[in-house]
Amino acid sequence: MKVVVDTGLCQGHGMCVLEAPDVFELAKDATTVTILTDEIEDLEAVKQAVKYCPNAALSLED
Amino acid sequence: MTSPPRVSPSEIADENGELQDLRTDPIGLLHRVRAECGDIGTFRLANRDVVLVSGADANEAFFRAPEDVLDQAEAYPFMTPIFGKGVVFDASPERRQEMLRNSALRGEQMRGHATTIENEINRMVAEWGDEGEIDLLDWFAELTIYTTSSCLIGPKFREELDSRFAHLYHDLERGTDALAYVDPYLPIESFARRDEARIGLVALVQDIMDRRRAAGKAPREERDLLDVLMWLRNEDGTESFTADVITGIFISMMFAGHHTSSGTAAWTLIELLRNPGVMKDVVGELDDLYADGSEVSFQALRAIPVLESALKETLRLHPPLVLLLRVAKQEIEIGGYTIPAGSMVGATPAVSNRIAEDFPDPDTFDPARYLEPRQEDLINRWTWIPFGAGKHRCVGSAFAMMQLKAIFSVILRDYEFEMAQPSESYRDDVSKMVIQLAQPCRVKYRRRS
Repeated sequence: MKVVVDTGLCQGHGMCVLEAPDVFELAKDATTVTILTDEIEDLEAVKQAVKYCPNAALSLED
Repeated sequence: MTSPPRVSPSEIADENGELQDLRTDPIGLLHRVRAECGDIGTFRLANRDVVLVSGADANEAFFRAPEDVLDQAEAYPFMTPIFGKGVVFDASPERRQEMLRNSALRGEQMRGHATTIENEINRMVAEWGDEGEIDLLDWFAELTIYTTSSCLIGPKFREELDSRFAHLYHDLERGTDALAYVDPYLPIESFARRDEARIGLVALVQDIMDRRRAAGKAPREERDLLDVLMWLRNEDGTESFTADVITGIFISMMFAGHHTSSGTAAWTLIELLRNPGVMKDVVGELDDLYADGSEVSFQALRAIPVLESALKETLRLHPPLVLLLRVAKQEIEIGGYTIPAGSMVGATPAVSNRIAEDFPDPDTFDPARYLEPRQEDLINRWTWIPFGAGKHRCVGSAFAMMQLKAIFSVILRDYEFEMAQPSESYRDDVSKMVIQLAQPCRVKYRRRS
């Protein structure tokens, strides 16, 4: 299971960073989030991030 | 090269095409385009064709189109006199992303905003007493002036405002007649009031600036955005921004978040009163949530599923913006049709949000459609579009949902409501591009025992 970001949709809100700071990062000058790791430890947190992304830019893939 | 089909002219069509339809029954016109033409159809607005798209595929093409293909900048001529000619409102996509990245709307800012909003609601409700009556448009419009000014510009500026600012701001919002597509400076009453209101707002801001100047430059940690802007100097020592330009900047910052949040709050309360079963569930959920005395500012950032579903369903049925417009900067193909450069292209939340294939029983208020496994908002990401979609999606949506959750947490915890007029008499005034509740729109409140 890994999480992917559609950079054509991400606006850089950073709500996912609040949900799962170990997995997502919004660098100071970045306009889209970056995925820090493919090793998801807290799947629930990532699911919350996917759900609460304002732009529906995140998805979980097998 | 096939052109999209054209809607048939109504009885009130004239040399400006469907302009009169747009001024009297915009939602009827938008539905008629889809009913007659399907996913892609055309109507005429003054000197331009508007290609109206709806349905998932056409909407996705619309929302994914890059800026150099579908441009927002020229699509809203009615906003220019409101923001002011000297104010560069529409920025490049890069600049817009930069603004978001530095702005008050970033996720990490939300906690502070939640506290600010809770305080603002408490202040206004403190004047209520045990029972009484409010006008939903006036009350929520004033509340959201305070919350948006405090969160986006700064609490210091908010403290320098009173209801005069809200009333003038309302006249600006009323100055959005679609006649602006013919000429935004036509000699009509709503445009005259719009221009007077803008002058009034500049005078209020000038007055605030004069008082701040007399008090001397504030220490760094106490400065808000107004301090920063008013003390900026050009290389030759002259002031960078006049009160007129600063007011324009503030008007533009607040515009997208004001009438939209205000209207959604009002319609949510109306829908809850029309659907007592849902109201009961929402109040029950809030009572459980706050039974332990937890703070509204804490909970408003977290899931409140029943309330959230009611808010989403209100947004679906009463999207604050019914028509999202762009101008085609180059020829574009959507759904097999060729749309020439220079056309306007529009997507319509009012129509897409009610497509029966995506939203069964589309005219019924049914918050259950957002529960798992239905999740009709997530499944229909290109047709559940009260906030738009894609790169241009409303950057304030998270802020807006948090604010709405905070508002209802406070008012439903402490008060119960009842309609003060017949249910069907609550309706929108659709005569302007900025749609707002028609007055009267009154409700009664009573403190809960």
